Amino acid sequence: MVNNGNFSVGLKRYLVTRGITMFGVLMITLLLTISLVGSNMDTILKQGVIYQVRAEITENTSIVQGFNDPDEFEKFVQQKIDERIETLGLDTPWYSPQRLGYTMYKILILDFGNATFLTSDSGSSNVGEIIFEKMPKTVLLFTTATIIISIIGILLGAASSNKIGSKLDRITSTFAVISSSFPVWWIGMLMIFVFAFVYQIFPARATPTIEPDDPGYIAALLYHMALPVITIVLIGFGAWAYLVRNFMVGIMQEDFITAKKTIGIGKKKIVYSHALRNAAPPIVTILALSLSGSLGGAIITEAVFDWPGMGRLYFEAISVMDLPVIIGSTYILTVLFLVSIFIADLLYGYFDPRVRTSN
Amino acid sequence: MSSVSTQEIKKEFLKSKLGLTGIFILSGLILVSIITISVIPASTFQEWNNPEKWISYPKTSVPSWVNFLSSDKIPEHKIINAEIFQSQENGISLISQQFGVSFEYDDFPSDFIFEMKTKYTDSHLVQIKVIRPDGITLELLSTSLPYSDKETVHNQRYFSTDSMIKKNLNAYRDKFDFDFTVGTTEIIFSELYKNKIQKGNYIFIVDSYGIEKPVEILESKMILGGKAYGLMGTDELRRDLAIGLLWGTPLALFIGISVSIGSVVVGLIYGVYSGYKGKKTDEAMMRFNDVIYALPALPFLIILAVTISNSIFLMIGFLMIFSWVGIAKVSRSMSLQIKTRQYVEAAKIMGQKDSKIIFRHILPQLLPYAFASIAISVPAAITTEAGLSFLGLGDPSFPTWGQILHDANTYGAAAQGFWWWIVPPGILIAITGLAFVFIGNALDAIVNPKLKR
Repeated sequence: MVNNGNFSVGLKRYLVTRGITMFGVLMITLLLTISLVGSNMDTILKQGVIYQVRAEITENTSIVQGFNDPDEFEKFVQQKIDERIETLGLDTPWYSPQRLGYTMYKILILDFGNATFLTSDSGSSNVGEIIFEKMPKTVLLFTTATIIISIIGILLGAASSNKIGSKLDRITSTFAVISSSFPVWWIGMLMIFVFAFVYQIFPARATPTIEPDDPGYIAALLYHMALPVITIVLIGFGAWAYLVRNFMVGIMQEDFITAKKTIGIGKKKIVYSHALRNAAPPIVTILALSLSGSLGGAIITEAVFDWPGMGRLYFEAISVMDLPVIIGSTYILTVLFLVSIFIADLLYGYFDPRVRTSN
Repeated sequence: MSSVSTQEIKKEFLKSKLGLTGIFILSGLILVSIITISVIPASTFQEWNNPEKWISYPKTSVPSWVNFLSSDKIPEHKIINAEIFQSQENGISLISQQFGVSFEYDDFPSDFIFEMKTKYTDSHLVQIKVIRPDGITLELLSTSLPYSDKETVHNQRYFSTDSMIKKNLNAYRDKFDFDFTVGTTEIIFSELYKNKIQKGNYIFIVDSYGIEKPVEILESKMILGGKAYGLMGTDELRRDLAIGLLWGTPLALFIGISVSIGSVVVGLIYGVYSGYKGKKTDEAMMRFNDVIYALPALPFLIILAVTISNSIFLMIGFLMIFSWVGIAKVSRSMSLQIKTRQYVEAAKIMGQKDSKIIFRHILPQLLPYAFASIAISVPAAITTEAGLSFLGLGDPSFPTWGQILHDANTYGAAAQGFWWWIVPPGILIAITGLAFVFIGNALDAIVNPKLKR
């Protein structure tokens, strides 16, 4: 299927343009984030400096005793504060080219500085450490859910495309439309209500109470993960099955399938082996895209289930206005988002001959 | 892209069961909105977040229709108005307010409050008593209004939890065969032989005695606290959920429809122009489109809401920023096809202006697609706004369904089993979304005959 001669030229060009666009997006995202929170950040940083300088001076009793006039003392303090602000470069506003460039450079090399309020589980307030502690949990939750959704979706979709208009097909389509109209987080609230309080099967809060170094931690984590995973799967698999079904229906009308039918190959074999294989490219592409899409939704879903991932971190950072964490998580979320879009593009370009050969 | 006339669309649409269901639900929602806007005064909903307004409502009570479903009747929260009788004897005037209630529930009321606004001079004696269904009269309270030589208007509240009432009830101790360790309402509404609810008609009487001048009652009501109230119950902050849910309907429709119309119009014009112009303009416009497409929408919406403003109108604008992109892509490819058609080329040769060609010849061709997209993109707008509100970033002056759910989550409604606080808002969000999905899918099937299978 892959013709290497054409492949390299068209796809390379395609990937280079995509890559450049992605980098542009990353830069724009950074710039936007910084400009949205920049003025707030300046105020907070300056207040921090004022507080720090005052504390340093008042702790040092010899300086305080050297002044008799409170006005003079105030002047001295103010002068010290101004000096400190100048040495830290805070006298120029956040949008001055040097500071903007410096901030962006720092973020690009993943140096997000220290969080104002939040800390990691191990007590560190380094934003990078906090984020990289939370990220695996988000990835774990959403990849698990996406894998389960796609397996159920592909099987169900293929089965209903096998018998168009059957009861199974109609139920799948109806379920797809209805389930995708409900907000995941609302279903989450209901699930918590029913399965954590009415029937006490699962824990209501998805954060395990055991310490991470405990040997039972993984088991506890999986047990706490069950309710969010079930919820995400419940809302997601219908739409997936419907999508797969539609691809399959399209392919089943292609000439080569008709030819196979006339040869006398069994319908079941055609559906599950020939047609499904041909439907794979768009399905895989959309899989990558849906994974990236669910990352954005993670903020609300994790807030509902109290799942200790990036989404909840983001939500907490927003509620206490912890700016370094907000900037850091937005950046990392964007990178994750772009990486999965890029993978989707790559797959799409690889599978779609029109992209490969265009110039 | 096939050109379908409006007539054909109408005919096809009327044949689609799904589409008609959608229209049916939507008209229901619109009807609810119209009734809400015209019947429920806007002030009630503007004061949604003002606790003062809701003080006489019960806390987290179930919808009153629950009583139809269960055999145990939960006491309803009642606000009772008085019948006023006036008499004069030996220079003493008596204003008697009678609050009658037929109490047929299987549990004690949680409390009662008399609220009255009176105008008087001098001092006045107030006596509160109750006549029970078994004919026994209980004197509950005997107090006086603060003395004043001038005419004054006085607001007064008498609570069932008043220690004086408890003290006065102790006088009837020998009549009852149980310990008086229970609350006042559980004595007043109890059978004599056992601490069990006594059903029947209770009459609460508030007598105001005055010498010479009678007291003038300006406002008065008795609130009999129960655990069931109204159509949809109340929340932890005593708010009547029916009002919040009803007002949420026009708001959700407004948000959903304005975001989708705005983004479809922008996307359509952007895409058509880009496709029509072609070459470098197209390239540049599509790159910009790619950039917006790759921005993670939710984190940005959150930052925008936090840093700029969470006003509902700005929020609609923010939502538009992220939702025109897909439509621009599709309409670009459609316009690429249409611009090669002969009549468009002919118009070009005749020297018509670009803007005229776009608005006269290309855009009308895309209208059916535009209508389908408007319908399809409404649910996403509603759920995204609900999601933001759920995170607590909604506009507090316009309470939406998402905000009701936010409050439910904050007060741990799931943990305490307040199902009536969680279930209805979500169902309403879903139903509104479904109506548009149905209409959109039906339109889409007509506009893109390829999908009709």
